[in-house]
Amino acid sequence: MPRAESTSSSHTLVAEIERHTGIDVRACYQCGKCSAGCPMSSEMRHKPHDIMRLAQQDRRDELLDDESLWLCITCETCSARCPNACDPARVIDMLREQAAAAGRGPQQRAIRAFHDAFLQQVRGNGRIYEAGFMVSYKIRSGALIQDVANAPGMLARGKLHILPERVKDLEDVRRIFRACEEDAS
Amino acid sequence: MATALDLQIHEIDDWSCCGASSAHPTNHTLGIALPARNLALAAEQGADEVVAPCAACFNRLAAARHEIAADDTLAERMSSILQRDFKNDVAVRNVIDVLRQRAARIVELTAAAPEPKPLSQMRLAAYYGCLLVRPPEVTGFDDPEQPTAMEDVIEACGALPVRWNMAVECCGGGFSISRTASVVRLSRRIIRDARAHGADAIVVSCPLCHSNLDFRQAAMELRGEPPMPVFFITQIVGMAIGVPRDRLGLERHFVATDPVLADATAAAAAAAADAETKRAAKRSSAAQKARA
Ligand code: SF4
Ligand code: SF4
Repeated sequence: MPRAESTSSSHTLVAEIERHTGIDVRACYQCGKCSAGCPMSSEMRHKPHDIMRLAQQDRRDELLDDESLWLCITCETCSARCPNACDPARVIDMLREQAAAAGRGPQQRAIRAFHDAFLQQVRGNGRIYEAGFMVSYKIRSGALIQDVANAPGMLARGKLHILPERVKDLEDVRRIFRACEEDAS
Repeated sequence: MATALDLQIHEIDDWSCCGASSAHPTNHTLGIALPARNLALAAEQGADEVVAPCAACFNRLAAARHEIAADDTLAERMSSILQRDFKNDVAVRNVIDVLRQRAARIVELTAAAPEPKPLSQMRLAAYYGCLLVRPPEVTGFDDPEQPTAMEDVIEACGALPVRWNMAVECCGGGFSISRTASVVRLSRRIIRDARAHGADAIVVSCPLCHSNLDFRQAAMELRGEPPMPVFFITQIVGMAIGVPRDRLGLERHFVATDPVLADATAAAAAAAADAETKRAAKRSSAAQKARA
């Protein structure tokens, strides 16, 4: 197993995570409580405590190229229970942002596509209508067994009956999107 | 119902979507700026509090408020991103919190509602899910592992809350479109646990939790699992205080609510008749004693 690199460098993941989120991942002592309560851990190759360990060891490629990051549903159970306030959910969020910005990893295509389609709607209309309705529509229409990767496409094409009601001051919303993109870059 | 509970609720004019579970994993700043726009509008429109019916909206609004309050540079960036003088002075609350504050009034109205009272015969599992209680420092709402606010409201309505294990477990709502198999797995263990602890129905406060737990049962029904109705807490309060049932949207549920309500109504009528017989017996024995 590769040894953790020196954390004095400002380019290590440990330092980057600390800079962006204020979280010191070195405080994680691998108790595994986060993974024990994680509803998605049974489907993840790198469970939340593994992600913390890989971050401590600066094993960036293994983290960013793996789909586990995209399987986290941000339920916050891990962060609420961590005895050391390590906030794995926030660390995972930040790593996903990095992976997305670098265009890396399998990124769980359907999940990523869903987020993108969702935000595209918000940018376009300022609103998403009846998210719950989309779910019911999908199941009522027998789409349960349908290739899930199609759903975001249907969403983007408005086939899931999102009413096109719009925010009046759409330019306001679009400007916020632009400003946040500049802010991130 | 709001009027009956002395609440003044106004829709925020020109609100926009808070970005739900999609903005913050993609661009953290956007995940704060979108809800902050709504908070800014609410303030401009003279509100002191924003009440969000959806757990995800509540969570995003509360998270934005919390992060901005904790970070002066972020507060400045928000004012410039929003191009508004944003003071972050509007409180964010969820529906359960608001209802619990009105519990005494709910008890009064429930007592005054006509018999029979089906809720008096119903055992309900209060489901909070993730976003109402976590992260605790953001939501500032109840105990994150053993919350009781919804149970308090259920009791105020005259129903019986059950103790169970899945009140704060995730139902997978965020993946309902993109990763259906996981959601069925997560929702199923919640529904099974409610049943194992004797619940007649599950109560939620969030439309996403609702559609997940309710509609996912289509897949479970196919495998022969019995139905578990899922109510909104607002529907429970509505029924308790005597709002006509046809105004509560119960017919829009996937799992029919009629059978459980019919059973409970029959049981409530029987219980009321039983109580009446006992009272009559007591009266007549008292009368006999008086004559003797
Ligand atoms: S709960 Fe906290 S300390 Fe324990 S393994 Fe997870 S992140 Fe590390
Ligand atoms: S926030 Fe993500 S990693 Fe943490 S418990 Fe929930 S699904 Fe698991």
